[in-house]
Formats: sequence, C-alpha cells, structure tokens
Amino acid sequence: MWRVGTVIALEDETGTARTIALQVADWPSHTAGQHVDIRLTAFDGYSAVRSYSIGSAPNQEGRLELTVERLPDGEVSPYLTQKLAVGDRLELRGPIGGWFVWRPWQTEPIQLIAGGSGIVPLMSMIRSRASAASTAPFRLLYSVREPGAAFYRNELEAIAAQGHSVQISYAYTRAAPKNWPRPVGRIDAALIANSTWPSGAVPTCYVCGPTSFVESVSALLLSCGNKPDKVRTERFGPTGGRQ
Amino acid sequence: MSSHAYDYLDGNAAAGDLSKIFAIDITTAEGQCANCGATKRFAEAHLYMHGPGLVARCSACEQILLRFVSVRERVFLDARGMTYLCFNASQSREAS
Repeated sequence: MWRVGTVIALEDETGTARTIALQVADWPSHTAGQHVDIRLTAFDGYSAVRSYSIGSAPNQEGRLELTVERLPDGEVSPYLTQKLAVGDRLELRGPIGGWFVWRPWQTEPIQLIAGGSGIVPLMSMIRSRASAASTAPFRLLYSVREPGAAFYRNELEAIAAQGHSVQISYAYTRAAPKNWPRPVGRIDAALIANSTWPSGAVPTCYVCGPTSFVESVSALLLSCGNKPDKVRTERFGPTGGRQ
Repeated sequence: MSSHAYDYLDGNAAAGDLSKIFAIDITTAEGQCANCGATKRFAEAHLYMHGPGLVARCSACEQILLRFVSVRERVFLDARGMTYLCFNASQSREAS
C-alpha cells in the first residue's frame, strides 16, 4: 500500500547526503532498523522505486526521516538530494522488514557496525534506545572515507559524551583527522578486537553498508567467535537496491 | 576481488515488493533450501535485483530459492527452491 508523505524539512548531512523529514498521514510508526520504499513517477508514467532506511526514532506523530546519499549516476538519489523541496509530496511504502530491527525490550549488549551511509538504520536504533530510555549497552563502530563524510557527527558526539553506555569508534579509510592513532584503512581484525564487544559478552551485532563491507565485517565478527545467528546484516548496492 | 562478486543484497530488500502478495512480513519467515537443506530467515538470503524481477539465492549454497516477477498487473512467484517457508502467524504485519 502506497502512502503519500509531505516533505517538512531538509538538512544537508555532508556535501553529498541530505536528511529528508516527512510527515505521513496514517503512518503506523516503525521499528528501528526498518526501511521504506520510495516511488518516483515521471509525467510519462515511468516510475522508479528505491529503498531507504529510516534514521529517526519510532514515534506516534507520523514523522520520519531518511538520509539519502547522492550517487553520481543515480536515477533517484540526485532528485531527492538536489531538487526535492519542502512541501513536495513523495509516495512511500512501509515500514518494511522485521529482521534487521532493534526493539527496546532487547537488553543484551548491542554492537553496531556501519559503513558509510549504512549508519542510517543504526542511528534509528541509537535514537530509539534514547527515546525508550533503554539502558542496553551499545557500541558503534563507524567506518567512513574521511572525517567530512560522517553523518550525524554532532549528535553522536553528544550521545557519547553522556557516559559509557553508548561507545562510539570511527575507522577512516582514506583520510583521518590529525593525530588520529590508527592509520587509515578498512576495518580489520585488530580494530574489531579493540573496539567491539568481545564475543563472550554475546552481543547482537547489526552490520549495515555496501555488500563488500558487510561481507568482510561479518566474516571478521564470526572469526572472533560471534555466532552466525547473532550477526544481522543489511546490504545495499548502487544497482537498484538500498541506497 | 571484482565488484561483480558482490552484486547482491539481502532478502530484506525484497520485502516491499513481496508485501504485494504476502500478508505477513516474509523477511522473518524461515525457509529451507531445497538443494542443501540449510534453514535460514528469508532476510538472510542473497537477493539479486538488477534483472527484470527478483531472484533470492541460498546464502549457503547459492541455489535459487525464489523468483518473483511483476508484469503489468500480473505477478509470478516461483518458490520451488524452498521445501517450506515457515511464518509466525501471531506476528503483527510489519510490511504494509
């Protein structure tokens, strides 16, 4: 069933990514980690559907936020990040998916690992944790190309500053801030060992990013002793998939 | 390693299209692969969606579990790659 959402706010997260806030009538709320499908239809009837994760916390007000990364040769993301204006209407379907979700009754340690815009559904989990006043211990390992590519940086810093219950680490793959202790590079076994829950804590792990990122990180988690049924993954790709 | 080796998503990404025909969210349903016998959540399948339809493959043996194609108002579903798909009927519908 397709619904119509009205754009109520737009905010740039980085030079290539924009957060779109939508107000949707009769929206049945969502669970952190779910996505929506967005359908754009041209005047000639041609339509394109893409999936985007919800970044905001569940709420009863019919409001949701998506953060969309612009793909250079994308069919939908350039429109959403450059042309869309406040007051425009978008067709959407959802919320979708009941597997890659975190629910506030989960009290076990949570390990979130994001690659690039894969942070979006994990941010919904972090925000959901706060809005539900959950005390579940969270750790986030966030891999980005360079410091300016990180989404939600100020909000994540504010959350981390509140105490040790949400611990946040970054991995930089192309350029790191000055004096950053770790050389630039992809997430590896040493970083997993130093920055994530030991498997003995039996965390539930959520890994979201491009397919190659998810493959490599989930293999590292399994080699550290995490069980396959505790590692949940969400892949996205440039070809018609989650963006 | 070529990027071609990583041209799949996961079963989650099919949930919107499959909500046209399944009343209960399929991503949490457990399916058994008819080829290798692995039993996994549908969300864990490897999903190929750059063709005219969707193809879900077993994440253990890569055999086809399910094919789904929409042609105008007709929808074709081929699920013979699974011996069964087990849904939790008490679960409230999350894909609408």
